[in-house]
Amino acid sequence: MLRFTVKRFFGAIPTLLVLMVLAFTLIRVAPGGPFDSEKQLSAEIQERLNAAYHLDEPLWQQFIRYLGNLLQGDFGPSFAYADYTVSELIATGFPVSLKLGSLAMLLAIIAGVAIGTMAALKQNTRTDYVVMTAAMTGVSVPTFVIAPLLVLVFAVTLQWFPAGGLGDWRNLVLPVIALALPQIAYIARLTRGSMIEVLRSDYIRTARAQGLTQIEILFHHALKPAILPVVSYLGPATAAIITGSVVVEQIFGVPGLGRFFVQGALNRDYTLVMGIVVFYGVLIICFNFFVDIAYRWLDPRVKL
Amino acid sequence: MLLVLSTLAACSPAEPPRPETLAPQKFSPEGNVLRKSNGAEPQTLDPHKAEGVPAANILRDIYEGLTIEAPNGDLLPGVAESWTIDESGTEYTFQLRTNAKWSNGEPLTAADFVYSFRRALNPATLSRYANILYPIKNAAAVNRGELGLDSLGVKALSPHQLKINLEASTPYFLSLLNHAMAYPVHQATAEQHRDQFTRPNNNVSNGAYKISDWLVQSHISVERNTRYWDNHDTRIDKVVYLAIENPDAVLKRYRANELDMTQEVPSRQLGWIMQNIPDEYVVSPYLGAYYYGINTLRAPFKAKPQLRLALAMSIDRQILTQKLTGGGELAAYSFVPPVTGYEPQTPYWANWSQEERNAEARRLYAASGYGPESPLEVEVLYNTSQGHKQLAIAVASMWKQNLGVRTTLRNQEWKVYLQTRANKTETEIYRSGWIGDYNDAYGFLQLLISTNPQNDSGYANTEFDHLLERAAKEIDMSQRAIYMQQAEALMLQDMPVIPIYYYVSKHLIKPWVKGFTPNIMDHVYSKDLWIDTPAADAG
Repeated sequence: MLRFTVKRFFGAIPTLLVLMVLAFTLIRVAPGGPFDSEKQLSAEIQERLNAAYHLDEPLWQQFIRYLGNLLQGDFGPSFAYADYTVSELIATGFPVSLKLGSLAMLLAIIAGVAIGTMAALKQNTRTDYVVMTAAMTGVSVPTFVIAPLLVLVFAVTLQWFPAGGLGDWRNLVLPVIALALPQIAYIARLTRGSMIEVLRSDYIRTARAQGLTQIEILFHHALKPAILPVVSYLGPATAAIITGSVVVEQIFGVPGLGRFFVQGALNRDYTLVMGIVVFYGVLIICFNFFVDIAYRWLDPRVKL
Repeated sequence: MLLVLSTLAACSPAEPPRPETLAPQKFSPEGNVLRKSNGAEPQTLDPHKAEGVPAANILRDIYEGLTIEAPNGDLLPGVAESWTIDESGTEYTFQLRTNAKWSNGEPLTAADFVYSFRRALNPATLSRYANILYPIKNAAAVNRGELGLDSLGVKALSPHQLKINLEASTPYFLSLLNHAMAYPVHQATAEQHRDQFTRPNNNVSNGAYKISDWLVQSHISVERNTRYWDNHDTRIDKVVYLAIENPDAVLKRYRANELDMTQEVPSRQLGWIMQNIPDEYVVSPYLGAYYYGINTLRAPFKAKPQLRLALAMSIDRQILTQKLTGGGELAAYSFVPPVTGYEPQTPYWANWSQEERNAEARRLYAASGYGPESPLEVEVLYNTSQGHKQLAIAVASMWKQNLGVRTTLRNQEWKVYLQTRANKTETEIYRSGWIGDYNDAYGFLQLLISTNPQNDSGYANTEFDHLLERAAKEIDMSQRAIYMQQAEALMLQDMPVIPIYYYVSKHLIKPWVKGFTPNIMDHVYSKDLWIDTPAADAG
């Protein structure tokens, strides 16, 4: 276990470095800079700004400077939001995204597993077909189509929920649903497949022969092995929810990291974009690590 | 899909629909609070560093300069209660209100303004709008670091008397004083908290409101400043500015009664708006011009004013403004929109019918060496947006139909487009727009001075430069206007920019928001508005 942890930790460092070099280069390759605006600056002011933000140094030197500051936990000042540092922005944006993301994840797992199990139990019936067609649609229809539809129906027409922004729980309902829908669909499909397989296995047949009820079989024997593929999907699902949040937060005007990221890229806010990439990179690496540990707990055959 | 949705609805406890919200409301659901969409998140609320309309809107509520504007845009005394101007037009003496205070209760004095003007022009402040204050004596030199801060032409004669000396008479100087660059900042706070002096807990300001809450990318709230000298007349207690860039999202939230007033209106939805809520749509002229710039430094337009004219004449602006933009925009034949004290110049062909223009355009086109066998091939660059694209397609088809020009359209993301435009090495024709910073023709015409870094068309005409130079120094207002009119007339013969339409400001305003008066700068002071409440209605 300890060896595994140490190995994973050192394995993560080159991954992160590659990620940072890529992100750093890509955002600098993009034409235009943080200080370009319709009102052009005089050459002197442009020079002064570049000097103040070290943009006049060679790129590799800026990268080394960035790494040095990062090691001290300093993400630097935001280029576009001059009154804030990147650390502050991440500190305000992340809790919002975390709340949205974990609620969406929770909803995706509960609803996905429930729907998938139901379809497996009623395999090849009408219920199964309807549910699975719906799931297929859920996987295929992109969030940027679903989200505005949800707003139109539930916010503008019915006025059950707000159309956007941050406030109480009612503001979270629509973004959470929009974010969870594709994952619900995907998890339902995964669960159905593996549940059908498990239900056909010998030990379930034995359990049935012993006269256990369907419910007992399901909860005591079938569910745990059947959700293994779902557990291993949690890592990618987290990544998918993070990327999904970029779209969903933008549409619903939720001030989370996804929205900061989009605006940061448009504003050429170099430090903000880098900060979010590094932060999410570390987060996804950690999450994959926890998923591996959970997997071992669920399936003792797995060696770490 | 439906099934999944209904399953989900069962998971999340939904409140039953409240039918009363479906009917048109008479009163705001939020009481005496104004909720307003404000475009993009402001980059900073430091008045001396801010740029852009979103920041300016908020700063106008929380700070007050020496002058302010009435709802209709007329100039009013602000912190300065009165002023005198000497006969050379270069020395202004302001008498400050003795009851003007900071939001922490400290008196606001002439020394605060001296500090603030120096701060705004201090090279270390890195202000991006510094040149707007260059009419002040020695301001340019101070801003370039050539002179010390104390040589700036702003002096405190007494705690309530401020003297400002100018380089030359500047007729629009008083209207510059309500620009954010001329707002006072509280010295102790600015020096103690530096970049963070704008935060709700730190900020001390002197306007009708003070900042109370700021969540980046969500909203900024301001609350009544009880120490404001005219607090008695402020009616709305709180204003919430929501950061929403997407105009479609703005409309949705407006329709969901989450906004009382919008900063903009999605042009694609104008049809729906006109049909369903025409009374809530307020449109008025705006100090801005939409135009096509021409790169005069490169082929095919270098030294070809006739060719540029041919393109300008072939555009049917009536069709563009009536069928395409459709929001009340006005067809433009001059670069300067209608501003105070200036009669915009129009080219000789402006009063012709479109047929006459087309015929003359064909003649000029042929005279420039183009025709059916050798058509002009041209590229139009615009920043990615549905509206710009539609307009470019329409213009291209007008050119095609009348002259046979082959146009290719090229769109670029905003920052890429800005860079391409400024480089002047790739562009042929580019879409552009300009919103005046102050209500004066000079702000538009100076864009085409040969030495202006903003001059993306590369237009260089020594006579034009010379006329504007004379206008800048002229004390006599009517003579100044004549110089500028001559300059514009000259420019319209060379046609380095093709004016297309003048902007309008568009707002959606709920029926319970009162007191809104359109003005050409689209400057709204929340203190001039009020919200109808059931109690007020009954009374």
